[in-house]
Amino acid sequence: MAPPIPTALDHHLTPEARRWLTDAVARVGDDPTAVRTVFPAVGRHCGRGPLVDGWTVADAARARLLAALPLRGAALAEEITALHRYGDSAEQRAVLRSLALLEDADASFADLGVPLVRAALRGNDTDLIEAALGPYAARHLDEDGYRHAVLKCVFCGIPLDRVAGLTERADRELARMLADFAHERVAAGRDVPSDIWPIVRAHPGALEASGLPAEATSSSSDRRAAAAAALAAFTGAE
Amino acid sequence: MRIFDPHIHMTSRTTDDYEAMYAAGVRAVVEPSFWLGQPRTSVDSFTDYFDALLGWEPYRAAQFGIQHRCTIALNPKEANDPRCAGVLDVLPRYLAKDGVVAVGEIGYDSMTPEEDEALARQLELAVEHDLPVLVHTPHRDKAVGTRRTLDVVRESGIPPEHVLVDHLNELTVSMVADSGCWMGFSIYPHTKMSEDRMVRILQEHGTERMLVNSAADWGRSDPLKTRKTADAMLAAGFDADTVDQVMWGNPVAFYGQSGRLDLEDVKPDETALFEGNSVKRGGE
Repeated sequence: MAPPIPTALDHHLTPEARRWLTDAVARVGDDPTAVRTVFPAVGRHCGRGPLVDGWTVADAARARLLAALPLRGAALAEEITALHRYGDSAEQRAVLRSLALLEDADASFADLGVPLVRAALRGNDTDLIEAALGPYAARHLDEDGYRHAVLKCVFCGIPLDRVAGLTERADRELARMLADFAHERVAAGRDVPSDIWPIVRAHPGALEASGLPAEATSSSSDRRAAAAAALAAFTGAE
Repeated sequence: MRIFDPHIHMTSRTTDDYEAMYAAGVRAVVEPSFWLGQPRTSVDSFTDYFDALLGWEPYRAAQFGIQHRCTIALNPKEANDPRCAGVLDVLPRYLAKDGVVAVGEIGYDSMTPEEDEALARQLELAVEHDLPVLVHTPHRDKAVGTRRTLDVVRESGIPPEHVLVDHLNELTVSMVADSGCWMGFSIYPHTKMSEDRMVRILQEHGTERMLVNSAADWGRSDPLKTRKTADAMLAAGFDADTVDQVMWGNPVAFYGQSGRLDLEDVKPDETALFEGNSVKRGGE
């Protein structure tokens, strides 16, 4: 099992980077406005490479800076919303990945970070969409919002195993949406991403209610071929 | 030949320019934030502009094999508009970014009290963030403006080697040379400075601390003026190493003082995306 993120970060940082981060955490603890200039500078001081579980070194270091903010509730939300507003994509992804940790440490933060999740879901940056769909989004997005987020991942080619809470939150309506999506792909003679099938299969009747099975007898050979491949994937991959 | 254009406003240029610049040897540029030809009326317009200088424009440049860095500041012309004064308050966030290699363009336009205030505060910010500064000199009353700029720079306590004083000419070069600051020259099609005049200045004053830029923007200007000046230097008998010093070594040394220049060899790649968007059009 991969070590927890803070431990992995400590192992990864050079002594110089660790000193910089320790000092930055102390400055942010003394004066929360210091985060506005240390947060953007993390990459060049601590590194930008991958760490564990889809986190980068910079993500983990930035999460530590946010955790050091001596702010709660609305004041905390205001500061991290501004960091997100003025942040480049690396800074924005770190804010998004930190949302669950901020709420864990301060229940009054609650759903105040949801607008940032929604902003990422409106964009086209797959890195940010993936970062937005962690445990915080799984807790706070309403049913419709969560389903559309999953569908957006399927459209953008983001593997669904990166989406938090799918086992608990996937429902019959999501299965219907995914089956309709699969039908649309098959009608265009295209492949269907395989990671949608476990959800469709978990809701008996969802596939049948879509027009996909009828594509097997389409007059167009590429539609018949796409339907055959999709149906085999649906029944095969238990 | 490799060229670093230390002052060019690529936001206003086309992809054809990027292609021609790459073909001419341009491999790195610095885009100073400046005004846009038409006044901005709010701080938010500036922050969107700064975001583009740090996001979309470096991405666009990289598609054509050119590395793009920027300088961030409230320019002197707009420092006179009270609606824009709040830009000074958001600058620290931007001066912390990886892509920012200097504070600039700062300096004087009409030498008003508002310009004095903005110049002084931004010199302080440069010292605080340990960044070099790019200083614009006024087009009108240039000699007096340049003299006053050098006085303010000296009083600010910033080391002169952290300062590049730009848009110089035959009448202002000596006072900047004596100050210890770096000297910048903008080569324009009709005004400011020509290739041949630039060559004569280099012959007279040497090539130390000398930078040549196109300052190409939305006005009549030529993004290949750096290459044309390099060719004029060779034709006048400068050797290749000296041309490389002026066109590459000096800008790398000046902006390298930021500790953030970190140049790498980028190859043109039109397949990459920025925030999920590309420079391509549908059907390509």
